[in-house]
Amino acid sequence: MKIHEYQARELFKAHDIPVNHGEVAYTPAEAKAIAAKIGKMTVVKAQVHVGGRGKAGGVKLAKTPDEAFEKAEAIIGMDIKGLTVDRVLVVDAVDIKEEYYLGFTVNRDDNKLVLILSAAGGVDIEEVAATTPEKIMTVNIDPMTGLQDYQIRQAIYGSGVDTTKARALGSFIKKLYNCCIAVDAELAEINPLVITAQGDVIAIDAKINIDDSALVRQKDLAEWREIGADLDQYEKLAKEEGLTYVHLPGGNIGVCGNGAGLVMTTMDVVKKAGGSPNNFLDFGGSATKEGVMKGLNAILRDPDVQGIFINVFGGITRTDVVAAGIVEAYDELPRQVPIVIRLTGTREEIAREILDNCNKPLVFAGSMWEGAQKIVELVNAGAANA
Amino acid sequence: MAILVDKNSRVVVQGITGHEGTFHTTAMLEFGTNVVAGVTPGKGGLTVDAGGTKVPVFNTVAEAAVETGCDTSCIFVPPLFAADAACEAADAGIDVIVNITEGIPVLDALRQYNYVVEQCDARMVGPNCPGVVTAGQCKVGIMPARIFKPGPVGLISRSGTLTYEVVNALSEEGIGQTTCIGIGGDPVIGSKFIDLLVDFEMDAETECVVVIGEIGGSDEEEAAEYVKQMSKPVVGFISGRTAPPGKRMGHAGAIVSGGKGTAESKVKAFNEAGILLADITMEIPGLVKKALGK
Repeated sequence: MKIHEYQARELFKAHDIPVNHGEVAYTPAEAKAIAAKIGKMTVVKAQVHVGGRGKAGGVKLAKTPDEAFEKAEAIIGMDIKGLTVDRVLVVDAVDIKEEYYLGFTVNRDDNKLVLILSAAGGVDIEEVAATTPEKIMTVNIDPMTGLQDYQIRQAIYGSGVDTTKARALGSFIKKLYNCCIAVDAELAEINPLVITAQGDVIAIDAKINIDDSALVRQKDLAEWREIGADLDQYEKLAKEEGLTYVHLPGGNIGVCGNGAGLVMTTMDVVKKAGGSPNNFLDFGGSATKEGVMKGLNAILRDPDVQGIFINVFGGITRTDVVAAGIVEAYDELPRQVPIVIRLTGTREEIAREILDNCNKPLVFAGSMWEGAQKIVELVNAGAANA
Repeated sequence: MAILVDKNSRVVVQGITGHEGTFHTTAMLEFGTNVVAGVTPGKGGLTVDAGGTKVPVFNTVAEAAVETGCDTSCIFVPPLFAADAACEAADAGIDVIVNITEGIPVLDALRQYNYVVEQCDARMVGPNCPGVVTAGQCKVGIMPARIFKPGPVGLISRSGTLTYEVVNALSEEGIGQTTCIGIGGDPVIGSKFIDLLVDFEMDAETECVVVIGEIGGSDEEEAAEYVKQMSKPVVGFISGRTAPPGKRMGHAGAIVSGGKGTAESKVKAFNEAGILLADITMEIPGLVKKALGK
């Protein structure tokens, strides 16, 4: 789960991690009031769940409270990579001497947490990694022992940062690590972490992604969840209904099934059969009647969908339950399009019987390839008749 | 022979008294798996009736191990407790731990991996996986029993239902399997492709290995490096080639994995390693036949 910079700053403050002064504003007037309170030059920053805000013009310097008003007015409502900005963070402008990059994340190659420190901060760190990897120091952390002081020293002395600030940097790194563990962060990133002209070590950026699987024990943080504004209208509605759905605009065949790998492959096969998949929808390991019904409704929202291929391979899923769900859902669907159903697995014979006797235009397929060919054929025939 | 589990495996089911635990214990027994014990804290002394077989329940895995000599665990425990269950099994000396549970927080998964695999030297499959089946001998997990057929092919897959799809297609073509493993879709898992490829390379009964990968991470690339030095033929498939660019990993994650994770990268690595690559799953049986010289 992505959270906003100002929310990450709140978590930082709760863990005694130094940040510059600032508050969130939803209106230009609020931005002006915050700038007046800060009483010096400020930076107005768009709060959206994407990177590259600066390049997109979503970060502006304001010399006076009136200017903060103007900048906030320009930024609120702005579109950044398809997201509409509805709030800004107003912070005091820091006199920067050095800019570093600091992050913690999961190193899935080694199954460890990893500390990443680089003296090349304030720029795209992926670019640094690609062009000058020697400027980035990574240290793996054993989760059984946690971050050790010597590992912090390894990072500091190996990354090219100002070692006269080793003590302050070390304390900062340790606090960020503690924060990560406490909030179940799967990614915490500060870019840039700065040393100010006054010699202070502070974060003037804050990015934290919370592990979705941990939200059950991070109930306070779960309240920060915003249904992704980075989704299109169909994806947004599907997500609100708790569905795993990805829209492929322009396609005309709805694709769904149980298990991400199977559904992805079903899309591959529909394409191979000459069709154009409209979406990815995973019912999950245990498809239920309600789940299938919700799924079909979500798929049919896009008027481009002229047919649906349901591919269920039952392991933990009972295929008879899925079949009954599809039969029940069919009359209540907003539109009646051809549906090819490939069902195999637990209680397959019962499922097949239910579908054969349902007297509805539901076509049974014995295999994924057969099903893909059938749906492409039906959709093409429908288009030819139209 | 085969790998990880066989007819001699003595299985303990953690979370046996739950709905999933009891349901799948019954299915495992029907397959012929030697389920000797169950564990549910607070329910020690009870027995679970799994399709007519009475399975004794213990409060701890340690007790179950002493009383029944169990050496393999299958975990059906809610996500916030499942990593602890795996550590408990490893601590009790269980050799092979199959963690079915989906939704374990990643920090728990890291602790679980480092204790179970690195510290206790146990083998772990999962979490968030369908389990392990050695055809004709032993099933640990939730895979549908009817699709398996004993034979010379080992299979490793990240996806559950896709595993069933491919195993089913192989069996229908008369190609049987030694052991099939669903390694799980989580970022932090107990056994990666490479770990199991090493096992299959050593296994006298396995003549060919099928590797079913998907977009994300770099386990497929790592596996491809090892395949270059294997004596046995490998058939591969990458799922998600026509999928739109998936959920992007965070910046820092992208740094660590060095820009790997795309379908293109995996397909390239498989091709360079001489893996027989299927464009779609239905081509897999034909490629396996070719690899086996049939």
